[in-house]
Amino acid sequence: MKKALITALVVTGFVSAFAAAAPSQKKMIQIKGSDTLVNLVQILSEEYMAKNPGTAIAVLGGGSGTGITGLINQTCDIADHSREWKQSEIEQAREQGVKPRFFIVAVDGVSIIVNEKNPIAKMTMAEVGALYRGEIKSWDAVGGPNTPVSLYGRQSNSGTYVFMQEHVLGNKNYSPDMKEMNGNAQIVEGVIQDEAGIGYVGVGYLFDREGKIRKGLKILDISKTAGGPAFSPLDKAAVDSGEYPVSRPLFQATNGKPGPQTAAFIAWETGPEGQAIVAREGFFTIGAPAKAQNEKNMK
Amino acid sequence: MSVKTPGGAMDSPKNHSAGVVSLDWEEAPRFRRTMSSKRWAALKESAIRAFFQASGILTILVLLGIFATLLATAVPAFREIPVSEFLTKTAWDPTSPEKAEYGILSMIVSTLMVTIGALLLAVPIGVGVAAYLSDVAHWRVREIVKPVIEILAGIPSVVVGFLGIVLFAPTLAKFFHTGNGLNALNGSLLLAIMALPTIISISEDSLNSVPAAYSEASLALGATRWQTLARVKVPAGLSGIIAACMLGMGRAIGETMTVLMATGNARAFPHGLLSSVRTMTADIAIELGEVPYFTTHYYALFAIGLVLFIMTFSVNLVADVILRKYQEREP
Repeated sequence: MKKALITALVVTGFVSAFAAAAPSQKKMIQIKGSDTLVNLVQILSEEYMAKNPGTAIAVLGGGSGTGITGLINQTCDIADHSREWKQSEIEQAREQGVKPRFFIVAVDGVSIIVNEKNPIAKMTMAEVGALYRGEIKSWDAVGGPNTPVSLYGRQSNSGTYVFMQEHVLGNKNYSPDMKEMNGNAQIVEGVIQDEAGIGYVGVGYLFDREGKIRKGLKILDISKTAGGPAFSPLDKAAVDSGEYPVSRPLFQATNGKPGPQTAAFIAWETGPEGQAIVAREGFFTIGAPAKAQNEKNMK
Repeated sequence: MSVKTPGGAMDSPKNHSAGVVSLDWEEAPRFRRTMSSKRWAALKESAIRAFFQASGILTILVLLGIFATLLATAVPAFREIPVSEFLTKTAWDPTSPEKAEYGILSMIVSTLMVTIGALLLAVPIGVGVAAYLSDVAHWRVREIVKPVIEILAGIPSVVVGFLGIVLFAPTLAKFFHTGNGLNALNGSLLLAIMALPTIISISEDSLNSVPAAYSEASLALGATRWQTLARVKVPAGLSGIIAACMLGMGRAIGETMTVLMATGNARAFPHGLLSSVRTMTADIAIELGEVPYFTTHYYALFAIGLVLFIMTFSVNLVADVILRKYQEREP
């Protein structure tokens, strides 16, 4: 009995040691996380693998939280995330001995969309926040028609949901009347059909196959303050300079200094070749300060 | 016990062959062969019986296991959330940056609203179609319609949900002038479609299994076909019809993907069939994927599962009691 137990323990130990060694032997980079990033990183990794046949990359979605948890539990090499880490996650990482380093790979402008029949063309950040907190219930309070506002948003497992809550709602609760949709595309469809609708989606979802803005949508210009200049999320210069208020960097995190394979991939992503793909896929390329930070984290 | 049986059977052929002496020399080996194959058959039979008995017991064990796990994972939630608050508060916002709220009343009401709405649509239509198929329709029509209805049951729920988004929602929005059709009514319509095949198929079977003598007697007494159907056949097959409706309800109450896609998932307390609602199943599906393990939120999701389990269990229990009552009355 005792002997059997010892044998079992030895075998288990051997198997787990082998399993832990396996990923480095196969040179497989595991990437997990944000659904906002998953398509982009998938395309980036495919092009990278075509050019570097020695590297294998597996990309999974699941949401920013999933990726961050994966990095903390060391089930992936890179975590994609579209929001900053929460304090609780940083503490959890410290307990597990994980020291995250952050790289900005692209910039996402969350665009605020309404139906094209809505006469409103611009709003302030405060107004968008008040709408989503449920404080403004009718469009006439922001200069529109006297119809009740119909809110569209993501579900609480989405990075965009958390980003809006922190960045636009001022860390307050969403209105319970908000319809929580399964994805960006569903929000776009909802707002196209609903004349009183308002939604928030990544810029990548605004265009049809010919690269034109989807019929029936209107993209609002957003200003930081009342009376200040309002900018469109499609205005590249405004997003780069941070003048478009509802924009956010998209991150990849590694545990400590990235290994040679991972570092090479991240360097390629944030370099000119990778950024060309980022722009082609409807995201914004990273600015100079982000580049400097990436290089610092690489060492 | 079962191994003994061939032994007992061994005696009679022996006696028989002893009587017919002329055949003894060639009969004996054949009997021996028969005997061994009989023993083999008996062994096989008892093995098969043991296998199915074990499977039957396993089902009970699995059910008990699920219930125990559910209970053990749900109970820790109530260390931090009072049960009364959990069941009677309408605000649910576990990831709130202000104050986490754990009240599921809105979701219970939403679930019941969508389910009852679905049954109000599906039961009359379903029982009507079943009666039509069993009593009115030409047999050729029945041969075509019944399999088609059963195919309807095989449509994946995600496809039904998709129909809800692209077809039902815009139509409802136009019809009721509500701007959007992602509401409880949409969910009810879709769930009714999904519950119909179960209700029709089982009700029709139960109407068909009513002995022909019943309707013949009724018709012979001068009743019309409608009277025979409504006052003799339907009451006689009622246990099956109720079982069908309960199974349909079970399907509707536990359905997740369709309602998740089509009802809008707003957390507010529903104002009516035209408001966007979030059912208990949809909430678990949305939040369980991303919840940090072993937190109050995690346990609370299992507590929702427990409440849902208790609800479906009571539905089944009530159905069972009703069934027994009717079966006792039947001869």
